[in-house]
Amino acid sequence: MTTRWKFLLIGGLVLIVLAAAIYFPILRRRVKRAARLQQQSEEQARRELAQPIAINPGDPRVKTKLFWASDTIDSTLVPVTVELPLSNNPVLRSKQVLNTLLAGPVDAELRTLPPDALLLAFYLLPDGTAIADFSEALATSIPSGIVSEQLAVDSITRTLEANVPQVQRLKILIHGQEVETLAGHLDLTGTFAINKKPTPSSPDKPATPAGGKTSGTLAQPDRKP
Amino acid sequence: MLLQVRNILRIRSLSLLGLLSAALLAALMLSPSQTPSETQQSAPAAPPSPPTAAAPSPQGGVAGTVASPFGSQAQQNGLNLVVLDPAHGGTDPGARGTGGIRESEIVLDFAIQVRRALELQGFQVVQTRQGNENPSFDDRSATANAQRGAVFVTLHISSTGLPGTARVYVNSQMAPVADSNGLIPWDRAQAPFLGLSRTFGDLVQGFLAQRFKGSPETAETASVRQLRTTAAPAIAVELSSVTIEDRAELDRMAPGVADAIARGAAAFRPSYVVPNSPGALP
Repeated sequence: MTTRWKFLLIGGLVLIVLAAAIYFPILRRRVKRAARLQQQSEEQARRELAQPIAINPGDPRVKTKLFWASDTIDSTLVPVTVELPLSNNPVLRSKQVLNTLLAGPVDAELRTLPPDALLLAFYLLPDGTAIADFSEALATSIPSGIVSEQLAVDSITRTLEANVPQVQRLKILIHGQEVETLAGHLDLTGTFAINKKPTPSSPDKPATPAGGKTSGTLAQPDRKP
Repeated sequence: MLLQVRNILRIRSLSLLGLLSAALLAALMLSPSQTPSETQQSAPAAPPSPPTAAAPSPQGGVAGTVASPFGSQAQQNGLNLVVLDPAHGGTDPGARGTGGIRESEIVLDFAIQVRRALELQGFQVVQTRQGNENPSFDDRSATANAQRGAVFVTLHISSTGLPGTARVYVNSQMAPVADSNGLIPWDRAQAPFLGLSRTFGDLVQGFLAQRFKGSPETAETASVRQLRTTAAPAIAVELSSVTIEDRAELDRMAPGVADAIARGAAAFRPSYVVPNSPGALP
């Protein structure tokens, strides 16, 4: 092979390398964009599936205690009693009270949960273990810190405790996954104990309308040995 | 003829070299950029002083089987070691304020002052990080679990709460440890120490309440992930908050916080009977 061919070959190789250098970053961007679009569409699909449970006006209206932040005492929760038509089914009932809790109080300053957070799914196992699956916004939009994360979880557990006696403990998932912490502090690997009193015999029995000024104890994580 | 064969060999070598370089370049460009979690994993663990090479592995599932470099001294003097944990770091800035305040930076600065105050009280201090690294929760716990007779203090700044106040947290109630083999399960390492943590936390919170009006009088409970795997009396101290415009307001809290932690640790010293081996049941 002559020198001319050698130069042609080397030139060709250099061109291939240059083309690769230009093309591969573009390819990588496209792959990333495609992955992002796929993730968004999955999230969108979940949102569509997780439309808030409509309140049925035919359901009995009961006094419902919802726990939001206090406007007088720093970093504490206070119960706010509202009358809502709630289902007798504990799963539907849980979804209704949690969606109302997520909707937030009149004063946005007293919110404990991010306004863009959604309840994606709620399950109740026969042993009283509830599983609440929230959208990623619960973890990403919540102010980081022990106090704010604790208030968020306590508002969920205490609201369930006050209104759904069938729920004994709660496991919180984010977008269908178990996560180590809510936003860097609060441990979500275990379950939170809720109603420590005996469960009512009939699972369909409606919860007694909440009365009084305070509710039960703070939710404690329950880690089985 | 011989010349032609040599030429062919040379050209083949050149072609091979060219293809190899192209493949190498392509492989380099296709390799995915480092994700935050990978960064966290690969970030070097803070070199505590003394080194924690002897720390038991979190994957080992148990704590309390490795001799402490401070073993003999701790046995002689009781509680003399505080493991300080400036939270977050590296790719995790923690809470962020509108004024650009980053929790990970402030707690590291606070740790310097807390360390000085503790040393003045006669404590040795080990930090879980000394720079902008982000050791995992388990790595931070391992730093404490490898020591005998240590207490653990993790420092935080919140995003919310009344500015200028400070709260101490101890871990929430946990199921008792079934210690038939004398070892503590890693994921519930804090369980046997909850009572001691409460005593230590109440002492520190009492001193903080004297310095910072509006702070609670006693320690609160929360399921703080960092505390769960720590086999020692352990507390989280969280100051409020990063929402202030001027960082100097937080900086002014540092001496008071450092003093409260040091005095709390000193007051706690008599009530802590140091276990015989690192991470052993108290």
